[in-house]
Amino acid sequence: MSTAGLVSRRDCSHQLHVLAVDDSVVDRKFVERLLKISSCKVTAVESGIRALQFLGLDGEKKETAGFDGLKVNLIMTDYSMPGMNGFELLKKIKESSTLKEIPVVIMSSENILTRVDRCLEEGAEEFIVKPVKLSDVKRLKNILTKGDKGQNEEDPLLSLPLSSHDLASSSTSSSSPFKFLDHRSKRPRLQG
Amino acid sequence: MAYVGQLQRKFMDYTKSLYREGIVDEQFTQLHKLQDESNPDFVEEVVTLFFNDSERLLNELTNALEQQNVDFKKVDGYVHQFKGSSSSVGAQRVKDLCIAFRTLCELENKEACLRCLQQVKLEYASFQTKLESLFKLEKQIAEAHGTVPTLD
Repeated sequence: MSTAGLVSRRDCSHQLHVLAVDDSVVDRKFVERLLKISSCKVTAVESGIRALQFLGLDGEKKETAGFDGLKVNLIMTDYSMPGMNGFELLKKIKESSTLKEIPVVIMSSENILTRVDRCLEEGAEEFIVKPVKLSDVKRLKNILTKGDKGQNEEDPLLSLPLSSHDLASSSTSSSSPFKFLDHRSKRPRLQG
Repeated sequence: MAYVGQLQRKFMDYTKSLYREGIVDEQFTQLHKLQDESNPDFVEEVVTLFFNDSERLLNELTNALEQQNVDFKKVDGYVHQFKGSSSSVGAQRVKDLCIAFRTLCELENKEACLRCLQQVKLEYASFQTKLESLFKLEKQIAEAHGTVPTLD
C-alpha cells in the first residue's frame, strides 16, 4: 500500500502540510489562518500554475520521483480562478504519477450540482462551499490523521448508503484515506 | 461608569447594531474566532486586505461600465470576486448587492448595472466607515488597558 501523501499514525506529531490555492487575497489570508489555528503548516499560492510549480510539476522539468522535500498532505483549491481553474488543477494532479495520491479538496462560493459532480468524478475528495468553516478543517484533519480507519461516527456524510462493494473494499489496500466513501453517492453540501 | 466601562459599553452597542442592521453577518463572528493572543489583529488585517481589494475592484467595475461596448462577462467576473471577498469578511449587505448585480450582468442591462454599482459603492463606503469606527473603539479600549468584549 502506497503511503505517499498519508501521515502515518507514527507521525501524528508531524504537522499536516496543506497547500492552499486561491486567487483572492482575502480568501488566502482567511484559509491560511483557519489552517494555522488548526495546527497545520500552510503554503498559500495564488494560482494553479504556482501550485504546480510548488509541487514540482513545472511542465518543463521532468517530474522527479520521490519528491520528498516539501511533502504536501492536502491540497485545498478554489474552483473559480483566472487561467487554470480548480478543476483543471485537480485534473493535472490526478494525472501525475507522483502527485495523484494527494487528496484534493475543491472550495467554491457556488454550490452548482454539475460542478460538484464533475469535481468528485475527477477525484476530488470533497467539495466545500465557501466560506470555509473551522469545522470543515477539523473534519478534514480528522480524516487525514486517522488514515483509512477514519470512520468518524459524527460525520453526516457517512450516514449515506454505501454500496456493498465499498463496504467490502474499505479495508483492503487503498492509499487514499477517503476512498471508503463512494464518490458518486456523496451529496453536495448545502449551505445552511 | 469608569472610562473603560463606557468604551466597552459603546463597543458592544455598536457591534450589536452592526448585526441588527445586517451590515455584518455570522461570517464576521467566525473571523473573530480566528483571532487570539498570537494573532490579536487578525480581523483588522483581513478587513484591511478587503478594503484594498475592494477599491481595486470598484475601480475596475467603474472602468468596465464606462466603455462604449460593455464586456458584461468581464464585469460579472469582477462582481463575482467582490461577492466572494465580501462574503468572506461578513459584509452581508455588500454581498447581497453583488448577488443582485450578477443577475443584471446576465441581463446585460447597462443602465441597471450602473445604478447597482452606485448602490454597491454606497454600501461599501458605509461598511468601511463603520468598521473603521469599530476598530478605532477597540484601539481606545486597548490603549486604556481595558479588555475588548468578545462577540458571542
